[in-house]
Amino acid sequence: MNFIVCVKQVPGTTDVKINPDTNTLIREGVEAVVNPFDLYAVEEAVSLREKSGGNVTAVSMGPPQAAEALKETIAVGVDEAVLLSDRNFGGSDTLATSYTLARAIKKIGEYDMIFCGYQAIDGDTAQVGPGIAEELGIPCVTYVKKIREIKDGLVTLERMLETGFQVIEVKLPVLITVVKDINTPRLPSLRGKMKARKTEIPVWTAADIACEMDRIGQPGSPTWVRKIFAPPRKTSGRILSGELEHQAKELREELKRLQLI
Amino acid sequence: MDYFLTEEQKEIIEIAALIGKEKIVPVMEECDENERFPTEVYEEFAKADLCGVAIPEAYGGLGFGAFEQVLVIEELCRYDAGIGLALAATGLGTLPILLMGSEEQKKKFLPGIAAGKTITAFGLTEAGAGSDAGAMKTTAVKDGDSYILNGSKCFITNGGDAHLYTVIAKTDPSKGSRGASAFIIEKGTPGFSFGKKEKKLGIRSSSTREIIFSDCRIPKENLIAREGMGFIVALKTLDNSRPGVAAQALGIAQGALDDAAKYSRQRIQFGAPISSIQAVQHLLADMATKTEAARALIYQTAKMIDAGSKNFKKEASMSKLFASDVAMEVTTNAIQVMGGYGYMKDYPTERRFRDAKITQIYEGTNQIQRNEIANALLKEYC
Amino acid sequence: MGIRVDSSKCSGCGICQKSCPFGAISIEDRKKEHPRFKRIAVISSACTLCGACAEACPFKAISIKKEEKKPTEDLTLYKGVWVIAEMSEGNFHGVTFELLGKGRELAEKRKTYLGCVLLGAGISGKARELISAGADRVIACDDPIFKDFYDTAFVETIAAMIKEHKPEIVLLGATACGRGIASRISGRLKCGLTADCTGLDIDSNGFLVQTRPAFGGNIMAEILSGNTRPQMATVRHKVFKPLAADAEKKGEVIDFPLPGGIELNMSIKDFVKDMTQHVNIADADIIVSGGRGLGSQEGFKAIEALAETLGGAVGASRGAVDAGWIPYSHQVGQTGRTVCPKLYIACGISGAIQHLVGMQSSDVIVAINKDPNASIFQVADYGIVGDLFQVLPALVREIEQSRK
Repeated sequence: MNFIVCVKQVPGTTDVKINPDTNTLIREGVEAVVNPFDLYAVEEAVSLREKSGGNVTAVSMGPPQAAEALKETIAVGVDEAVLLSDRNFGGSDTLATSYTLARAIKKIGEYDMIFCGYQAIDGDTAQVGPGIAEELGIPCVTYVKKIREIKDGLVTLERMLETGFQVIEVKLPVLITVVKDINTPRLPSLRGKMKARKTEIPVWTAADIACEMDRIGQPGSPTWVRKIFAPPRKTSGRILSGELEHQAKELREELKRLQLI
Repeated sequence: MDYFLTEEQKEIIEIAALIGKEKIVPVMEECDENERFPTEVYEEFAKADLCGVAIPEAYGGLGFGAFEQVLVIEELCRYDAGIGLALAATGLGTLPILLMGSEEQKKKFLPGIAAGKTITAFGLTEAGAGSDAGAMKTTAVKDGDSYILNGSKCFITNGGDAHLYTVIAKTDPSKGSRGASAFIIEKGTPGFSFGKKEKKLGIRSSSTREIIFSDCRIPKENLIAREGMGFIVALKTLDNSRPGVAAQALGIAQGALDDAAKYSRQRIQFGAPISSIQAVQHLLADMATKTEAARALIYQTAKMIDAGSKNFKKEASMSKLFASDVAMEVTTNAIQVMGGYGYMKDYPTERRFRDAKITQIYEGTNQIQRNEIANALLKEYC
Repeated sequence: MGIRVDSSKCSGCGICQKSCPFGAISIEDRKKEHPRFKRIAVISSACTLCGACAEACPFKAISIKKEEKKPTEDLTLYKGVWVIAEMSEGNFHGVTFELLGKGRELAEKRKTYLGCVLLGAGISGKARELISAGADRVIACDDPIFKDFYDTAFVETIAAMIKEHKPEIVLLGATACGRGIASRISGRLKCGLTADCTGLDIDSNGFLVQTRPAFGGNIMAEILSGNTRPQMATVRHKVFKPLAADAEKKGEVIDFPLPGGIELNMSIKDFVKDMTQHVNIADADIIVSGGRGLGSQEGFKAIEALAETLGGAVGASRGAVDAGWIPYSHQVGQTGRTVCPKLYIACGISGAIQHLVGMQSSDVIVAINKDPNASIFQVADYGIVGDLFQVLPALVREIEQSRK
């Protein structure tokens, strides 16, 4: 079976804050990582490939350094990876990103399942997975916590809702977005890491994947950021003191005063 | 200090560190407290390809050498020496086969060891034969196509959890040190059983057991090299494994240094971090210097071995002697820097202190090491 | 691409690099010689044109030209603010009424009507509730296909409704269902969608201004999608307030026929309820959360006791979930759920940034931890330093006594 995994390189969790006096951004530099949810998607695809045979290809859209994220996926068992990188992709919102990834998937060709992490921790929109499915015209199931079975061209899976989960049967090909419950991502092996270091990740540009120029980058993005600003500042809290029973009483009174209890 | 590591060596350390952080740290306290062998962590070593680092590619390993094995052991033991020992002791138990086994033996046993499926142990020590290995009483009597083993070994690391044991036994007691031979025995062989698990001061997650042979029949194919070569196998094995023990001690020392240095920056007394106090700084400076010196000695010894040196006995003993003494000193002073908190089980330092002691004792006590060093040294002045 | 570094002005100082939340700027050696400066800022395709660097640059060396997507049709044809109603087990999800409350305000500013889309099976009586909650029009499609949640049926029908009626704004609840169908609808119609908005307003151009947190709530972004229609947004439960129900309000119901040719591409075999959550943390007003400080699964008993006394939900940090003490559905944080209850009580949680991003927008935060230096105290309104196994029962006692 052929599996495709979409992966995004995101800033590692940062203290990205706005300096409220100058209204400029301050980022405590941290290194870029593979979006945590995508690691679960990679693990699921690699596990299924181990069971059923086939191929796993990872795709990512990003600047040249995103090739590092793709190498991490090779270190845990992904067979091939490709990076979509082009100055014309800059300024893409989720719609343009979905379109671009979909074009790359069309070029890759055959696939039975596409895996995405539920959302990226920098954008938190959860829109790209369903957006790709819409562009490819295939079914999409989000928030998948377990794949029960793949048989005769059908996959049975468990999909989380707020109050429980649905058991859904879908015909392949399908795109799914996964949550943490689904598996435990493996750590890279030495052999994997060495293979990853030696692997050259091919880079595809907009021309390589035959993108219509008005559907990528800024021209292809119906949303744009007008402004960024600091959230309203919380005034600092206080630590209660005194005997435990007294602290409990004071807290209870405060919460009552704020009409919370 | 910059040791000019290659990309691959850096990757080896990265993987070992990742396994340490993600898989050793969550269970190390509990394994130490409950004296539990970390079976599931060994499986992670296997998945990460750490078990085959020093085994040739032809037998399913990664084909690296003593230096890379040292890097793995040092890094794992930096997190926990007891858990890292499971892998280091398998390295020890594998050496007889690796160094002097036949092609058939290597083909049969090494792939499983490299894949991490086979844990091994080395059986030399007996109740009456520690430093005086020649006093061993376990016998192996030839009987047709087999050997029959009788006797017992004690204080065997990985004993009971290992699948494969390389054991030295007397085939001809009358010949003294030339009357011993080395054998491979698989767990489950009739007549091969285990005694009690020892309760220890440190490395409590490591299984230390008595192994007992009672008319235990093994095929003659399991003899390593030839009859009478037993002590040669044992001595070559120990020479080659000494950098490994040294690496364990080094990992312990480094871990303790890390604990103490970090703590000293956070602990405020008299209005300032204790790291600003010269007395503390001097302790840390000595700890760091000795740890680095141990590291340089071990790394260089390992490189000598990998370069094919025929004579590294002295250096191997020096590495083991120095690193283990350093580990004891550094862990003692680390607790001193950390004061009362260093004594509490809330911090890992007291465990490192308990773990350090054994490195001065096993695989040749430091007194034996000094004998070895002096012998080798004086030969140079003949 | 729309962003330019003026090489005559750039000094290579790196202030822009530090200000970029997306890590899209690097400072590199200049290829062309400059009399004074050796290095220059280079901007990669990770740039989202957010403008942070341009603002931060002391030399005004960065300029951004927004080449906005030109409208391809007459946007003035689009009128009306729509809310897509969500139902669960026969009743409307609370977010529907909250969106109608906000929608009313937006419709008034746009001098247009407020519509509500109602899809369901056997829902004829339900339109009245939506009108009482503020809708001027209910666009309804009653069909058995909507009995279970099949996103295709919803996506196809809503897209067809939008194509015919041309609303300028469409709002949905940011629920598991809502987010999925919103993405597909906006993908189908190639219009803008902003997820998890915490603020909605109309600007001087008549555009919908969508405000949402980014980077886990550390920064806020204002987003526009004014050159395409409809302008779509999803909003979380309990962000906005519903209007008071008005049983006298007049409104009309427009029946919309189910579009032909809908092929359900999956089948729902079963629905299994989550029995561990008595109160759903996504909805709860009060959440009591436990972390690694609990020490064991047993530790959650103390959390559950307080949660029950307060009528709240039980949450957990990633550490507690990974240790296997409580299921993932309770996890709050970056890779779990983001919550904003009125009261969040964090017990034995150190306050790592990955947890904070999931709860720091709660109205009131109380932290209980034995380590006075725990980061959680920096975001807490009230903190108690102590053993949570003593503090929690003391709180329970105190609350129960005061109720007598």
